[in-house]
Amino acid sequence: MTLNARVPDGPLAEKWDRHRFEMKLVNPANKRRFDIIVVGTGLAGGSASASLAELGYNVKAFCIQDSPRRAHSIAAQGGINAAKDYTNEGDSIWRLFYDTIKGGDFRSREANVYRLAQVSNHIIDQCTAQGVPFAREYGGLLANRSFGGVQVQRTFYARGQTGQQLLLGAYGAMSRQVKAGKVTVYPRRDMLDLVVMGGRARGIVVRNLVTGRIERHAAHAVVLATGGYANVYFLSTNAMSSNVSATYRAYRRGAPFANPCFTQIHPTCIPVHGDYQSKLTLMSESLRNDGRIWVPQTPGDQRPASQVPEEERDYYLERKYPAFGNLVPRDVASRNAKTVCDEGKGVGETGYAVYLDFADALRREGRESIERKYGNLFQMYERITGENPYETPMMIYPAVHYTMGGLWVDYNLMSTLPGLFVIGEANFSDHGANRLGASALMQGLADGYFILPVTIGGYLAEGGLAEVAVDDPAFEQAEEDAAARIKRLLDVGGRRTVDDFHRELGRIMWEYCGMSRTDEGLTKARGLIQDLRAAFWQGVTVPGSAPSFNQSLEKAGRVADFLEFAELMVLDAVSRCESCGCHFNEAYQTEEGEARRDDEKCRHVAAWEWAGDGREPILTLEPLEFENVELKQRSYK
Amino acid sequence: MSRTIHLTLKVWRQEGAEGKGRLETYEARDISTDMSFLEMLDVVNERLTLEGKEPIAFDHDCREGICGMCGAVVNGRPHGPEKGTTLCQLHMRHFQDGDTLVIEPWRSRAFPVVRDLVVDRGALDKIIQAGGYVSVNTGSAPEANSLPVPEETAELAMDAAACIGCGACVAACPNAAAMLFIGAKVSHLALLPQGRPEAADRVRAMTLEMDRLGFGACSNHKECEAECPKEISISHIARLNREFFKSGFFSRK
Repeated sequence: MTLNARVPDGPLAEKWDRHRFEMKLVNPANKRRFDIIVVGTGLAGGSASASLAELGYNVKAFCIQDSPRRAHSIAAQGGINAAKDYTNEGDSIWRLFYDTIKGGDFRSREANVYRLAQVSNHIIDQCTAQGVPFAREYGGLLANRSFGGVQVQRTFYARGQTGQQLLLGAYGAMSRQVKAGKVTVYPRRDMLDLVVMGGRARGIVVRNLVTGRIERHAAHAVVLATGGYANVYFLSTNAMSSNVSATYRAYRRGAPFANPCFTQIHPTCIPVHGDYQSKLTLMSESLRNDGRIWVPQTPGDQRPASQVPEEERDYYLERKYPAFGNLVPRDVASRNAKTVCDEGKGVGETGYAVYLDFADALRREGRESIERKYGNLFQMYERITGENPYETPMMIYPAVHYTMGGLWVDYNLMSTLPGLFVIGEANFSDHGANRLGASALMQGLADGYFILPVTIGGYLAEGGLAEVAVDDPAFEQAEEDAAARIKRLLDVGGRRTVDDFHRELGRIMWEYCGMSRTDEGLTKARGLIQDLRAAFWQGVTVPGSAPSFNQSLEKAGRVADFLEFAELMVLDAVSRCESCGCHFNEAYQTEEGEARRDDEKCRHVAAWEWAGDGREPILTLEPLEFENVELKQRSYK
Repeated sequence: MSRTIHLTLKVWRQEGAEGKGRLETYEARDISTDMSFLEMLDVVNERLTLEGKEPIAFDHDCREGICGMCGAVVNGRPHGPEKGTTLCQLHMRHFQDGDTLVIEPWRSRAFPVVRDLVVDRGALDKIIQAGGYVSVNTGSAPEANSLPVPEETAELAMDAAACIGCGACVAACPNAAAMLFIGAKVSHLALLPQGRPEAADRVRAMTLEMDRLGFGACSNHKECEAECPKEISISHIARLNREFFKSGFFSRK
């Protein structure tokens, strides 16, 4: 396999312009001849569906939920970055680009990240025009706040519900195209396989989750906007139905998977409280603007927070990183929380929590101001924990939140498999080894509104796409494979539930492929995953039948894919002989315990290619060239 | 601190839209009060599965109270007894040992039952498709700060825009009206200058679509406001009515 990133020539700032000029165009009148499948209706998929339909393409949009408005983007709280510099702090496209590259620990492509920063301002314009109720200053202009990992205030927000408001904007735009007859929505559909014909992606097979029937859909191009795979850890902040199946199935059909071990652990989540726990809840990182993180200085200190005097508290982030304090990037904040808890200084019932304290901010600004900024977050915290954060400090602990890895794409957001485009969290492209806060919404919408609609035209304009029908043998084969797999799941007839296997997989991944990794641990994990997978196929019980609404069966298929995919993550983690961003291998650290990159050996994207069941996947490296930024050891001191 | 409680559940079971439903009784033993309501159902479902029975079907996704996917009527109240709370954010600490809980799906002609507690809320999407948006193509937006919006107005619009589209307002209403749902969207967009050009057509199109889909009419019971997990005020229904009245003068249609 060769990886051609197709990065245009020329100076960084001119690449996107030049590329848009050099790409072939589809004549406006010809766009209606092309059908495009978009799987997923989150920020990336929703904005892409709307924008493609506005251009004139016929769009078929698929989602797992009962409505496209419910995709997991909706849960994003904090905000969306843009380089508007409304705050006059010296922000610029270049600074946003630089912060994102550096925040990702220099493991992403310069050209892609620069383009992301370039279109960021258009996103804010677009969403505002749609009626997204961003927070405003008293003069009526847009307000900004700061977010982790940067020193300017460039984050736009709508209370603690920014993802919801942006998604509803995209959903509205998409709904308008449904009315116009240009988008057809297929809700409650689970993508089971990608159909490849003549070496190109030409369709998908999906399961109708209401009837259980398998359906075939053909198109001229397929766009995957199916989000990330954090649920491989069982407990994560992702929605319950978030899964890897669509991208993993595409991987098995020939699309390389890049950097699967890059998973982000978010520092501010509500701690785990019991075995029955089904998911974790994130508290927006924006809380770190005003909340101070601390633990008692003495290990094993059992006193309630209010009884620990000021001088016996360790505000460890402020102490270790005076320049950034509580606003260090997520990976740094998470790892430090783990370190202090491992030292026995953790608080709460389990000892796996640290305080996030608003006492100073409440004294400084008053309750009203804090309530305006974080009211709904405080409410949510109280609802879940039964404690009032205006009175006692919050307790938080890191949790898996986002996956930077994803299907490999070139500058056009296309896989090596022609006709397969991958956008949003589902691709690997912009966040390197660590994503900065408020950058996921930016990337999803950049891909969907502004990048994909242009680059997909370039592909379609090249021509050579024969008409295909869903009775083609390739569709038949894909449907047969999917049906056989469903039958196999139902036929195991074992004694353990799907969730039980999933929970165990999650424990293995969290322990050995989580915040801190070692070669021995990863090797051990690989064996454990293989054993668990074998046990699953011998011992799982899936009640109900195939041709019906069967939520156990849905879950079983997703967990079966996680059980294969987990091994790929571990393999990727072992093969990356360095620490970078969120990937922290204990063998590679600085004297101060920070991640130590190896730019000689590991300045690359690791792209894995499926080689068949029971065979080692094939690793191909895409070297990363940095012509515009100087590679530095990240420092937030 | 967490306690352990025992509950009796009477749960609506129905195989499909055409099937005849019935309440079935299950014992939910050893339930930690730290669990969410849906985690309690998970535990019951795990036990049913191991007994070789089919688990209770219920919709859910984010479990953070924002996606709007979950919802059931618990002891006659949509999303259960806590104010301003979705079912996924309702915690078992609000129940007592020995309680009996009757759990049913949303009831409305416009929301056919899919299975057990799962209903089809596609009608809400259809209402939005009728006009619940600002018509602006990608790429044609002006600079964001070219259009100032008073902070107070933006906040009021945000109050309305917080709707999660769960359908509890419809389930709570004796008439199964969707007025709070529509009111929230109409109000959000009518308050903002971006939404004004289409305000008259929007309110008419959405209201007509609501009628067509079999939702009832509003007769000011205010049950919707009481049960809305996002506590959206019925003042937005008042604004909807004003907008509808005005549209008689301003709509081109």
